[in-house]
Amino acid sequence: MLGPLDYIIWLSGFFLQAAVVVAILCRGALARYYAVAAFMATSILVNCFQYLCISRYGVDSKEYSYCYYSAESLRTILLFFVIIQLCEQIFAEMHVHRYIRGGASMLLFATALFSYVVIHTHSDHLTKQFVVEFGQNLYFVGVVITYALWVAILHFRETRARLIHLVLALGLYFSGTAATYALRNLFPDMQPFILQWVPPIFGVLLPLAWSYTFWRVPEEARILRYQLEGRAAR
Amino acid sequence: MIAALICVVSIAALVQFFISYSRALLASTRNVELSERVREVAGVASRNIAAEDFGRILQFLFLCPEHNAYQGQVRAVGIYYQLLSVVNRLGGALIPRVAAWTERDRIACSYFAAVVLDRRIAQSLDLFARQASSHS
Repeated sequence: MLGPLDYIIWLSGFFLQAAVVVAILCRGALARYYAVAAFMATSILVNCFQYLCISRYGVDSKEYSYCYYSAESLRTILLFFVIIQLCEQIFAEMHVHRYIRGGASMLLFATALFSYVVIHTHSDHLTKQFVVEFGQNLYFVGVVITYALWVAILHFRETRARLIHLVLALGLYFSGTAATYALRNLFPDMQPFILQWVPPIFGVLLPLAWSYTFWRVPEEARILRYQLEGRAAR
Repeated sequence: MIAALICVVSIAALVQFFISYSRALLASTRNVELSERVREVAGVASRNIAAEDFGRILQFLFLCPEHNAYQGQVRAVGIYYQLLSVVNRLGGALIPRVAAWTERDRIACSYFAAVVLDRRIAQSLDLFARQASSHS
């Protein structure tokens, strides 16, 4: 049974995701950030679908478990498309779109193949433990790719504030969720007390940070590298 | 073993992303000029903003009626300020570079809070003026 805190987190996430989509449309940034808009729009639909699933089958049902974890996988894959779009913007001047798309497709194919092999091998005992471990690995791949993107931003002295905010918020989301999944894997007893709240909270923080970015950070705003490194201006 | 490794690396990445995100937030207000009004309110009319002013400015911030604007960002900067204060207490006395870095970023946190306070006061005055004109 869901408590008031569950509903608060769920509703906050829902409205913040809607705020991101509205902000992208109002700021005329759809062409540049269509993957972000698509991810948020899908998240809204997923939220509605999960709500229907809970009201029909209950929160402890097997149906809801399948719905929840498959929706999470879908959202994570969509987040990879967001990373691809951010990569394309950072490397736009180097004309390497083809290589980025090719590399990303290879990565997605490799992840899908790895998942298929693992599921095929464990098909006789697919447990919740396996799902947690798989989620942890998927989010960790996200941490590694986002970190690589962050290093590229610093290396190429990228100054676009909006892009920097988007990447850093994504990094916070991936690293926080991957750490939580890993802790869940290490200490399963902690799950009912603390850890079950952490991924939904990060799920609210991501649209919060992105809606701030689209509403308050103009496209032409710039951040210099020394400001990100915390150094004094020369 | 793999889970422990992922946990450690992810937490390290989380801390680094959080520090960079907070600095990106602080950078957005660095070149904003503070009004005389907010300098008087914050008690820094005749001097530069100091790291220790953060708590007092935050209290003024929560007294303003416009609470929702920048709330999440103020909270993030508040957490970053607390983190810097802990680092300063632990390593500041031993390593001068750490002391200089934490002091510089804590001043930037205070400045960020002052800029947000300035905007909230302006919004509140604007709201008050509109209400007054609609009643007259």
